Amino acid sequence: MENYVLVALFAPLVGSLFAALFGNSKKTQITGIVTSVLLAVSLIASINLAYHIFTTEEIIHFSLKDWIVLGNVNIPFGIVVDQVSVTMMVVVTMVSTMVHIHSNGYMDHDKSFNRFFSYLSAFVFSMMILVMSDNFAGLFIGWEGVGLCSWLLIGFWYDKADIEKSDDIEKSPFSTLSPYSSISPSYAANEAFIMNRVADLGMLIGIFLIYWNLGTLQYDAVFANISTLTHSTIVAIAIFLFIGAMGKSAQFPFNTWLANAMEGPTPVSALIHAATMVTAGVYLVIRANEIFTVVPEVGYFIASLGAFVAIFAASQALVATNMKKIIAYSTLSQLGYMFVAAGLGAYWIALFHLATHAFFKSVLFLGAGNVMHAMNDEINIKRMGGLKKHMPYTALIMTIASAALAGFPFLAGFYSKELILASAFGQHAYILWAILWLTAGLTAFYSFRLVMYVFHGRETHVDLNLGYHPHESYGYVIAAMTPLAILAIISGWWEHEFVEFITHALPVFHPHVTDSTNLILMVVTISVSLFGMGFAYFKFSKDGKYYGEAMKNTFVYKLLANQYYFPHFIENFINKPYLALSKFSWKEIDMKIIDAIVDGIAGLIYDGGKASRTVQTGNLSKALKLMTMGIVVLLILVLIFGSTK
Amino acid sequence: MEVTLNDYLILSTILFAIGLLGAIRRKNLLMLFFATEIMLNAVNVGMAAISKFHGDLTGQIFAFFIVAIAASEVAVGLGLLILWFKRRNTLNLDSLQKMEG
Amino acid sequence: MFEVVAFYLFAILTIVMFVITVTTKNALYALSSLAAGMIFISAFFFLLEADFLGVVQIIVYTGAVMALYAFGMMFFDTISDVEEKIANPRLTFLLTGLVALVVVVIIVSPIVGANITAHYPVGISGNFPGVIVGNVQDIGIVLFTKYLIPFELAAVMLLVAMIGGIILAGKKMDMDLVQDTVQEQNHLHSDFNNKKDV
Repeated sequence: MENYVLVALFAPLVGSLFAALFGNSKKTQITGIVTSVLLAVSLIASINLAYHIFTTEEIIHFSLKDWIVLGNVNIPFGIVVDQVSVTMMVVVTMVSTMVHIHSNGYMDHDKSFNRFFSYLSAFVFSMMILVMSDNFAGLFIGWEGVGLCSWLLIGFWYDKADIEKSDDIEKSPFSTLSPYSSISPSYAANEAFIMNRVADLGMLIGIFLIYWNLGTLQYDAVFANISTLTHSTIVAIAIFLFIGAMGKSAQFPFNTWLANAMEGPTPVSALIHAATMVTAGVYLVIRANEIFTVVPEVGYFIASLGAFVAIFAASQALVATNMKKIIAYSTLSQLGYMFVAAGLGAYWIALFHLATHAFFKSVLFLGAGNVMHAMNDEINIKRMGGLKKHMPYTALIMTIASAALAGFPFLAGFYSKELILASAFGQHAYILWAILWLTAGLTAFYSFRLVMYVFHGRETHVDLNLGYHPHESYGYVIAAMTPLAILAIISGWWEHEFVEFITHALPVFHPHVTDSTNLILMVVTISVSLFGMGFAYFKFSKDGKYYGEAMKNTFVYKLLANQYYFPHFIENFINKPYLALSKFSWKEIDMKIIDAIVDGIAGLIYDGGKASRTVQTGNLSKALKLMTMGIVVLLILVLIFGSTK
Repeated sequence: MEVTLNDYLILSTILFAIGLLGAIRRKNLLMLFFATEIMLNAVNVGMAAISKFHGDLTGQIFAFFIVAIAASEVAVGLGLLILWFKRRNTLNLDSLQKMEG
Repeated sequence: MFEVVAFYLFAILTIVMFVITVTTKNALYALSSLAAGMIFISAFFFLLEADFLGVVQIIVYTGAVMALYAFGMMFFDTISDVEEKIANPRLTFLLTGLVALVVVVIIVSPIVGANITAHYPVGISGNFPGVIVGNVQDIGIVLFTKYLIPFELAAVMLLVAMIGGIILAGKKMDMDLVQDTVQEQNHLHSDFNNKKDV
């Protein structure tokens, strides 16, 4: 069994290193094939492990190697494969394999084909370390690894120039109506990485607090002893760990990087910003559930923040025309759902939603990739339209995925969303329930708005004479998306088996609602999502668009289109002062003070040398005088120090 | 009133100091040699004094060898001095200086 | 009594002589006073019962060395006064005074009250029967037993010095020892090439 673990962990690394050999060469198809195959191997190993754990209920826990052993510090490279990790492993490898195969088609004409696969596999490797580690230090290594790989991947097209900021809502990079997701790929990559880093400081403090108080970073030891600490310490630890989770999972105020990360290639968004990296924060909260259950007030704060983010993101998706940004906002919104569940103590529900969301969201992104590829990288949904007849399979898959996202009955998203809403209601958090319920309606609306604009209606691109020739993607790409689409349909049907499986590791939780209340809630939720979907469909069929001209000039519309002016706020109140501070530090402190000191020392020595040079005159008389002086000094020394005789 | 070793040593030191003064003061090479001779002699006096007051012959032997060495040093030194004088026609110490300082 | 008087007399005389050597502007006066000083130093040796050393001092120093200096003086322009410029007379005096003081203090302090035993005591010739007791005999015994090797080495060194002196002063032999000016080098080389008898 250990071999399966090692294979699952290291196969992506081998693939990444293999592709890295070809990093600077022209595209060679073999890199794409080899990395995809290795990931499939990892997937099979993970599935095997899942089956093994499901049947034998045995947790695999071993230490790969000692890492830091000094004094009292003992941190090994440990691996634990329990029900939680194996769920994450299966989800990650499943989505990654499909994304790898899809990328073979998407990155077909890209000149840095090999480099892409190297980074992608490296990302998967880091994520595997993150979920398989058995201590907080390993988690942190994986955490930073995924941060690094996401930086590499978001900024993949780093040679694209910066876009100037402007006040025109159609052209500003801070607007969701423009064709730009961010100022430039490298800007977006830096923004993502720096925001994550800032949040990671919080997580590091949390880890330090754990180590300082408990002397160990191993999960089992920490969780066993956590209740021995004072309440305020545990609150502090929980808050700081959650700050780290906020960064990775783009909770407010660390949320701008997620939408801007759409500058990267679409398979990257499918992998990282749908299924894996952003879920790392949720994984952390789930893994550390024993810490969070002791401090339910922090949990309530997490849930409230999650609900806020859910509606905050959904509102921005309503008016956006940037296709990937709409999907990105829906990810953000669903992450909010997951945190609500985790905050309320329903950890297995959060994990369940994480898994189902991974499937339908990633395939949604992959479909969007197909569309963009077919439309010469066009990203404005209003310039597409009527693509159903050109790309039937993609249309079908995306419709299924959108329906799952909206919570259409008996698709995967329906089960997990229902559970979350029921939990909120059952914990008497009625406001949270109301917010999430409203968000469900909005989600249904905007996801189908996207589907309508892209696949139905008039072929706007022909009207505008844009010269696109949309065609369906390669067969193998569709074949790669199909398993994910199927999972988006069926993965909710195994809810009971999943509960049994996962509650070996996670606490049991049942939404405290009676059966009749549950039924009523279900009906209410289904009705709001059906209403959203229906409204989207009918309004589009009638008018061909959603917002009239009058609506477009209102303050609310502009607010949403400009992302609540939050990027502007960051630019003016955080970036600019920091830049000024940096300039000051450079000019005044570094150049004037530090350089002056260093140069001063050198100058001193140089001048000292110049002055001492005059001693060597070659004049015998002077030399004799110097000699005498030396003798005097030595004699005095002899007198002083020899006088003990 | 006895003449003690201290008296001889003080005398030797005074003579040595006179020689040292001369070595520092004098700019004429020949005078420098004279000053060196004075210093050597002063040391000899000291050696002999110690030798007598401790009843050991070692001091006298040492002084004897110093005399021998001083003599040979004078021979060679004067030879060099003559050569220098032939070349430069001056015995000023500062003329010995080739470095600029 | 006699010793004390003699000691102080010769001490004053020696100091005066040496001071004249060091301070006078006339080279001849310096030479003469140096010679006188040497003689008075030998008086000290006799006072200290170091007869052999005293005689050696007169013969070698006053006789040979001063004669050497006197012959050397013939080469130099000795009539005119020696011109000297001292940069810092006060510093010079201060330094020398300081050195003297310190040396005195150093030397005086340990010897006062120390117990030193002699390895070769004065009067060693008394140990040998049939030998007249005296300082010369003492020195002879010690010189040719313990200090034999330094004695031989000193002889070799004197030989070397003698040869060196001849080379230095000889006429044809100064070419390799002192850097010629370029002119003279060329001149010499051309002489050699033309096989002139120099």
